[in-house]
Amino acid sequence: MIEFFDVLKNQAFMQNAVIIGLLASVACGVMGTYVVVRRLVFISGGISHTVLGGMGIAYYYGGNPIHGAVVTALVAAIVIGFVSLRYHEYEDTIIGALWAVGMAVGILFIYKTPGYNVDLMSYLFGNILMVERQNVYLLIYLDALIILLVVLFYKRFLAVCFDEEYTELQGIGVVSTYLLLLCLIALTVVILIQVVGIILVIALLTLPAATARYYTHTLGQMMILASILGALFTTSGLVVSYEPNLPAGATIIVIAGLAYLLTTILKGLAMRFSGRRH
Amino acid sequence: MSQEKPVVEIDHVDFAYDGSLALEDINLTIREGDFLGVIGPNGSGKTTLLRLILGLFHPLRGGVRVFGQPPGHARDLIGYVPQHAHMDEAFPISVMDVVLIGRLGKAPMLGRYRKSDRQAAEEAMQEAQVFDLRNRRFGALSGGQKQRVLMARALVGKPKLLLLDEPTASIDGRVEQDIYELLKTLNQEATIVLVSHDLGFISTYVNRVACVNRRLVCNPTDHITGDVIEACYSGPVHMIKHKCEL
Repeated sequence: MIEFFDVLKNQAFMQNAVIIGLLASVACGVMGTYVVVRRLVFISGGISHTVLGGMGIAYYYGGNPIHGAVVTALVAAIVIGFVSLRYHEYEDTIIGALWAVGMAVGILFIYKTPGYNVDLMSYLFGNILMVERQNVYLLIYLDALIILLVVLFYKRFLAVCFDEEYTELQGIGVVSTYLLLLCLIALTVVILIQVVGIILVIALLTLPAATARYYTHTLGQMMILASILGALFTTSGLVVSYEPNLPAGATIIVIAGLAYLLTTILKGLAMRFSGRRH
Repeated sequence: MSQEKPVVEIDHVDFAYDGSLALEDINLTIREGDFLGVIGPNGSGKTTLLRLILGLFHPLRGGVRVFGQPPGHARDLIGYVPQHAHMDEAFPISVMDVVLIGRLGKAPMLGRYRKSDRQAAEEAMQEAQVFDLRNRRFGALSGGQKQRVLMARALVGKPKLLLLDEPTASIDGRVEQDIYELLKTLNQEATIVLVSHDLGFISTYVNRVACVNRRLVCNPTDHITGDVIEACYSGPVHMIKHKCEL
């Protein structure tokens, strides 16, 4: 533990890692809350896996993979959102197709990129210790954009998530509001990929919010608590993984998973002893 | 009564889901001040009828006018109370925020609700007698309380036409009667259309009854006879007998 704080004080890579963890916590707390209450877990999984295609293409052409990730995530969000609203019966088929094809495209491009292919594992499982400073700035902009838009559209997002039909009756564009919400989830996915990688994104998007749900009664409270929990999970994951040289992303997810499991058990016991449903 | 202005005019309307006819040749005029009960067996097209009036569905044939306009253009004047059974119980939303959704169309597009929106919501909650519940979580309320909250949401827009879909489903008799008493008061200001799967208390409160079973037969309450209901339900005899005893 002391060694970790020594490194944190002196090394830029660890400072970057902690900052990214905190940025990711805010995004995953806020957007993860929508994912959990509106049950968008599968849609989010589809977006995050499709992203490998964009990262692979950007990598092949020598661009910044994060830029490729942003574009692909937004396209995937709009396609999936449109299908889920208009052709609901095809929703899982389309998500499944994008999910697998996106990954396949990504792997093909990464395979064909000349040189040493070390990056595939870090795309899939994240490498928070290797994120460059320029990308930290990009993540700050994305975080700020997400929070700004959620503040501006808070009441519309709440209405669309809770009661789509009544929102439409109020003359509100349900389709555009829903697509905007999915685009913000897509940007969140891009941020989280830097921390835990494509495959583990879904856990960071759902576990802090799902844990927070047990203790809160409104969406706003749930977002704040989920962000705090996210910050605890990512920071403690970094601390725990540093000395034994464990992968940070996987450690963060295991901690988040244990916290969720423990909360669920405690809540279940509390309910049993109080003898009534809350 | 028939001199009153027509609020809803449905003229020779057919409606189909995926090619199968759900409503056929519907003709119905609802006039200002009416308290219309719409009854019929499950799946008979009652909710579809409400959705046509709201402009959420479009007729295959025929025309619907609401306050003399195409449906969808008169939504400002309509309050709608959907079935609460379809709503997510676990959703973290307060009663106040549910009611405020009724002001979403009038509130500013970005940022928070205005003070006037909150005042309108508070007045509607007082009218529906749920003001004391305003900070509670919606999903934790009882069926009757939820129903009143959804009524408050419909009342926020000061509707001239109130549409209710099975407002007393899964609610016990005493609470059911309370809700009908509230509707009776609201009927002084607004025209009411209430959908129900059975007659129950409804016959003592409504002034007209429409029986829907793909087709529609409309009668003043005191003309409801076994024959009319039999024609509507065209179903098992014991059901008809049960209705006749009411």
